[in-house]
Amino acid sequence: MTAVATEPVASTPTTTPARTRARNPHRLRTAVLAIIAYVVALIFLIPYVEMVVAAARPNDELENPGYLPTHWNWSNFRTLWSIGLGTNLGISLQVAAGATVLVLLVALPAAYYTARNRFRGRTAFLILVLITQMFQPTAMLVGIYKEFLGLGLINSVFALILVNAGFNMAFATWILNAYIGSIPAELEEAAMVDGTSRLGALFRVTLPLALPGVVTALIFTFISAWNEFVVALILTTQPNKQPLTVALDGFIGGYQIDWGHLFAASVVATIPVIALFAVIERKVVGGLTAGSIK
Amino acid sequence: MQPTFRTGASRHVRRLAPLAWIGPAIGLIVFVVLLPVVLMFRTAFRNIDTVGFDHGWAGWLNFRALFKEPDLGAIVMRTIVWVVVVVAVTVVVSLALAQLFHQRFPLRRVARWALIAPWAASVFMTSVVFRWMLNSRSGLINVFLHDIGIVHTLGSSQADWLGRPSVAFWWMVGVAVFVSVPFTTYAILAGLQTIPGEVYEAARVDGADGWRSYLTITLPLLRPALTVAVLINIMNVFNSFPIIWTMTGGGPGDKTATTTIFMYQIKASSIGESAAMSVVNFGIVIVLVAFFVRASRGTTQVDG
Repeated sequence: MTAVATEPVASTPTTTPARTRARNPHRLRTAVLAIIAYVVALIFLIPYVEMVVAAARPNDELENPGYLPTHWNWSNFRTLWSIGLGTNLGISLQVAAGATVLVLLVALPAAYYTARNRFRGRTAFLILVLITQMFQPTAMLVGIYKEFLGLGLINSVFALILVNAGFNMAFATWILNAYIGSIPAELEEAAMVDGTSRLGALFRVTLPLALPGVVTALIFTFISAWNEFVVALILTTQPNKQPLTVALDGFIGGYQIDWGHLFAASVVATIPVIALFAVIERKVVGGLTAGSIK
Repeated sequence: MQPTFRTGASRHVRRLAPLAWIGPAIGLIVFVVLLPVVLMFRTAFRNIDTVGFDHGWAGWLNFRALFKEPDLGAIVMRTIVWVVVVVAVTVVVSLALAQLFHQRFPLRRVARWALIAPWAASVFMTSVVFRWMLNSRSGLINVFLHDIGIVHTLGSSQADWLGRPSVAFWWMVGVAVFVSVPFTTYAILAGLQTIPGEVYEAARVDGADGWRSYLTITLPLLRPALTVAVLINIMNVFNSFPIIWTMTGGGPGDKTATTTIFMYQIKASSIGESAAMSVVNFGIVIVLVAFFVRASRGTTQVDG
């Protein structure tokens, strides 16, 4: 760090004329880079802007080849609830919230214990977690279907919570393990010397310090359960028991596709999630390095 | 602290203590991840009819039926192309974008934020929008391609990209790249941030600049980040379901299906054969992981 900071000062006297000349190309370079970056950013946003535009297109303009509708019609967002999609949104919310809570209850103790203790089977457990992180429900869809069919848990929110928690737990354990591992155990020991119990030390000392990791793990779990599609597609058959993604898939399978409501519901489901993700953007970068790049 | 002073019973308790902490995690993994694997293998060797009635042990019957499927060869080839092309293009595009978003420019944070959208949004919904934007008469992409003169007539068969299997496949490859790039770019950006500026200063002193310093310094130092990103992408792309499912359904017939889609397509008619396809997919996944871990050994470590 020091070397970088002092280097330009040392070279200033000899290179002053060159520097003034170089500043303009430098500024031009920044401008060009910025413009390219803005265009790229725009390209990545277009599908989601189009989602809003399509939701606000009047029905008789759906086949019009204009980029924008001649007038905006926001009624799809109101009638969304009367055609039953509110129920599906509610189920998505239950599944995502349930899975998030379950992941926290299960992953936090495991991550804490493996970060603080060496014990027989610790490596085996961490490898098991790592392997499940590689697995995706799609790969074992038939098995998941057979299991929950046998248990009579088709069309059950509980089944969806379990599966989503199971497949997201690995990531949460891994990231929490890394965060807690980076917090010195001495801090907890100091608190315990002062008479705090082990659990007290965990909740009052370690958890607040590991909060960025906890938040990242929770938001990640919530979003992936909220967006989950294929497991819900095979585990739910009744329209009023399906999360939003599967309910909307039913729209597409229909003879006449109700694009207006389809996209209005997509907007309602997508915008909050993007905003939520943006909140943890920086921690996600840190989390990725901490969690998976060692 | 001396274990010799402890009684046998408390040593026993001590050995079981980890279970109180990691037991729930193990239980969840066993119930939701491992048990389905066992049931999937079991189903692949059972003779189950379309109503769901189990007629007993089937031996290799389901696998033989699967390998007799006339289109299986084409589907496997398409799956290989799908994974290799999507992951390769994703990595190349992401390397470029990460370099771009690593530079300093005004509103960088906002621009990076926009990149998050396809990562945060559900792949299912993103695919639905792309299907809508490819509508032959009024889709945004087609209207744009018409404006710049690539599409000659809106509503023509030329504009019906998803109607022709060979063309539809490449559009879906594009969508898969689109949804994979954000995560990959962020993983590479995280990798770039771990490279200290001093390294470049030293290289500049040695006369390395631009491309040379990128190839000799940046890329090698990005290897751990790239390894993780590629591995995760291979898994995601191989198991990718919503893109093909929403845009063509794998059709017409199975002309745009990958093995993952095909597994779902045959589930209704023969769950045993579908399970056999899953077992084959599962084998492919394990081979891919093993191959990749071996190829990049030394760069990733399980910190156990």
